[in-house]
Amino acid sequence: MMPSPLTRRFWSPTMTAGVLILAALVLTALFAPPLLRADADTLTGDAALGPGPGHWLGTDDFGRDVLARALTATRLTLAMTAGAAGISVFAGTAIGLAIWLSTQRVREAALRLLETAVAYPSLIFALVIAAILEPSPTSAVLAIGISGIPSFARITANLASSVSHSDYVVTARLLGVSPLRIALRHMLPNMAEPLLILSATVFALALVEISALSFIGLGVQSPDYDFGRLLNDSLDSLYTQPLTTVGPSAMIVLTGLSIMLVGDAMAAHADPRGQRRRAVRKPERNQTVAAPAGDTALVRVENLRISLPGGPELVKGVSFGIEPGEVVALVGESGSGKSLTAMCVAGLPSDELDVRADTLRIGDMNLLARPNRSRLAQDVGIIYQDPGSTFNPSLRLGGQLTEVLRTHLKMGRRQARRRMAEALASVEITQPQQRLRQHPHELSGGMRQRAMIAASMATKPKLLIADEPTTALDVTVQAEVLRQFRRIHRHEGTAMLFISHDLAVVEELCDTVLVMRHGQIVERLTAAQLRQREVTHPYTRSLLAAIPALDLAPATVGAGTIFQEGTQ
Amino acid sequence: MTATIATEAKRAPGPRAGRRGPGLHPWVRFGLRRLGGLLLSFAVLTIVTFLIVPLIPGDPAAVAAGDGASAAQIDRMRQELGLEQPLLIQFVDYFRGIITLDLGTSFISGEEVSHVIFSRFPFTAQIALLAIVLVLVIAVPAGMGVAILTRGGRLPWLDHGFNVVTGFIYAVPQYVMGTLLVVVFAVTLGWFPAAGAATLDSLVLPTAGLMFGPACVIARVVRRETAVVLDKDYVRTARGWRLGAARTHLRYVLPNLITTTLTLSGLILAAQLGGAVVIETVFAWPGLGQGIVNAILQRDYPVIRGIILVLGLLATLIIILVDVVLAVLDPRNLGGGSHDA
Repeated sequence: MMPSPLTRRFWSPTMTAGVLILAALVLTALFAPPLLRADADTLTGDAALGPGPGHWLGTDDFGRDVLARALTATRLTLAMTAGAAGISVFAGTAIGLAIWLSTQRVREAALRLLETAVAYPSLIFALVIAAILEPSPTSAVLAIGISGIPSFARITANLASSVSHSDYVVTARLLGVSPLRIALRHMLPNMAEPLLILSATVFALALVEISALSFIGLGVQSPDYDFGRLLNDSLDSLYTQPLTTVGPSAMIVLTGLSIMLVGDAMAAHADPRGQRRRAVRKPERNQTVAAPAGDTALVRVENLRISLPGGPELVKGVSFGIEPGEVVALVGESGSGKSLTAMCVAGLPSDELDVRADTLRIGDMNLLARPNRSRLAQDVGIIYQDPGSTFNPSLRLGGQLTEVLRTHLKMGRRQARRRMAEALASVEITQPQQRLRQHPHELSGGMRQRAMIAASMATKPKLLIADEPTTALDVTVQAEVLRQFRRIHRHEGTAMLFISHDLAVVEELCDTVLVMRHGQIVERLTAAQLRQREVTHPYTRSLLAAIPALDLAPATVGAGTIFQEGTQ
Repeated sequence: MTATIATEAKRAPGPRAGRRGPGLHPWVRFGLRRLGGLLLSFAVLTIVTFLIVPLIPGDPAAVAAGDGASAAQIDRMRQELGLEQPLLIQFVDYFRGIITLDLGTSFISGEEVSHVIFSRFPFTAQIALLAIVLVLVIAVPAGMGVAILTRGGRLPWLDHGFNVVTGFIYAVPQYVMGTLLVVVFAVTLGWFPAAGAATLDSLVLPTAGLMFGPACVIARVVRRETAVVLDKDYVRTARGWRLGAARTHLRYVLPNLITTTLTLSGLILAAQLGGAVVIETVFAWPGLGQGIVNAILQRDYPVIRGIILVLGLLATLIIILVDVVLAVLDPRNLGGGSHDA
């Protein structure tokens, strides 16, 4: 769903500034030539004067007012730029839509051709066209206009293909509306905003390039003049009249800047993601905190509050503890705040979040401060939700999985790899040595998740935090990953904070189950209570009701094995 | 679920992977495809530069001979350009000339075109390459640094300042920047020569004029891409391993910026050729840009054709070079021609 554009302010300061400058330039283009033509073009005896009250920027070698010439040139420059940008935009849109309307084959070939064309500097096209036609304003407009077509056509075609999958276009097509009509009546209006933003860019580029052509002598010819031509003329009197460069330079920059401001403001208006909130979090001083007498818990969370600055509170005063070796599950629907809570316990809250708590510690490490990195890395293992994105795609697995061993245990490369290979073997990954040499994308999701578990356990952590470790996996793969957690629980006795939205998954793994909803813990259950279905809160009941009836396990082989896994 | 599907799709071989001989080594297939691209670009450039003369409106010979040329002069020009021949023969002759490196002689100076190009090319290459290196050296660390420092809305003044400064400098075209640099550093301060390529310090101003704009664009691209990468799960993984800022950013952020940054930079760097062409006018720099401008003004068609051909081939080589660098850095890029982050 697009956010309603009306809810966001159109007249941002950027937009206002851009439009004001642009309006001033258009007025200059309209009125400067009739009003200032005499000062700008008449040869007088006041040659090469410095700046003064009569001539603010002085006069050139022929006694013409420099400022008047710069202002007068606005009309020709803007007219040429508009012409060139118009050619690029209209021809580009037409060609882009035509590409979308053509057959698959033609479309692919045309897009590849455009992609190649776009990679070339447009000035080379412009030079070709300037070489064919003789240097003149018309040839400059054509040259820059035509050389801007490929990129506009390409973007139009790409936009069109993304819009063409939307419901109303599909519906229109099913209703038998002709493709041309769909393109003009349904698609074009929906592409208008990005195309308009792009047009602003095209206009700014055309200005720079047209002025460049005039500047190198291939555009406007004397006695006519635009910004580029004026700048070129000023080079001749660089030493006598350096100020003559200021007028055309300032006008080119000002025009380009105003268009850019308008374009940026339109883009910011269309894309609300650009706006980021900010949180100022001051870490506490004390790296360690002593647990009060009688508190044996490994993890203690007291009154944890998480909010977006200026926004709603996402976690509202959550408190719990995890005893050494205890497995605690945080269960709730998505958006209940369970993952936020887990990531705060892991010491990895998102940057924009505001995190407060009375106590937030693992062992004696104070997570509200900046605890010792090395201890934290070794004592806390973290398993994330989506094994497809938790590994760096550009590094081999060996380098990543051994990071903690090498960085914090100061192991050598070979020792760390040997240790990691053993760890991989222990989570039933075959050919571990070979896996270490592979890139993450060469392993299946289940294998990657098990590799992550192996890496997390390699330092024998006191606490393992698992944030929905099976959610992103296929049902059949979930079982093999869950088996690893059960093995760790049984053989290593590691304390765990296990996040899930699925009560069935946690039922048999966890000692304690905390049910979260809307940022609060609504019910605390022991494993026995959960198994006996001794639940009081209606929300927990509804979560229980969502579990597929275990005793009705279907007879298919694949599903059967999972449920065996889950119930044994 | 969708994530699983996406990764499955990524692992599956692309639709085109098996088409050209499944037995070929990926690098061989990559090399063949780039070679094909190079040949195609060469063919297109040959045709386009050839067409410059036949497409001249009116009588090309009369235009080439210049205003006020006599009928005899026009006829001689017609012969010199081979215009009395059928179009196909003209093209074959032109093509034969190109592959034997015989691009004809300049109408104006009588100099061989290949010689014109060889003597001018090093000057353009000097400033373009120097500018490219400086742009990358400045822009990548600057963009990354700003993205890291302003992460999660910190240091809003830096965020704002970076946008304003880079946006403003980017709005100054390279030739305007060059002119202003001359006014300040050559004319007013007298630190560097204003024109010519006689001494080593004459390189400074043209290079500076070329690099500021692209440096700003690439710094902005790098900054935006860094912000995207910083939000990735694998960066959180690295933070979870408490690897420290340096190791996290160098191993987990930088490598994942390279593909997008270089792809975009490649385009910008190819555009540097155009920038160099224009900025040579500011500094009377004796490179290809000055050469082509003079040739167009003097209707010196052999030189025009030769220089445009060379500029086009240079752009092609830059594009291919970027592809090769990307493939070396990350073999996953061997597969396709286009790169997604």
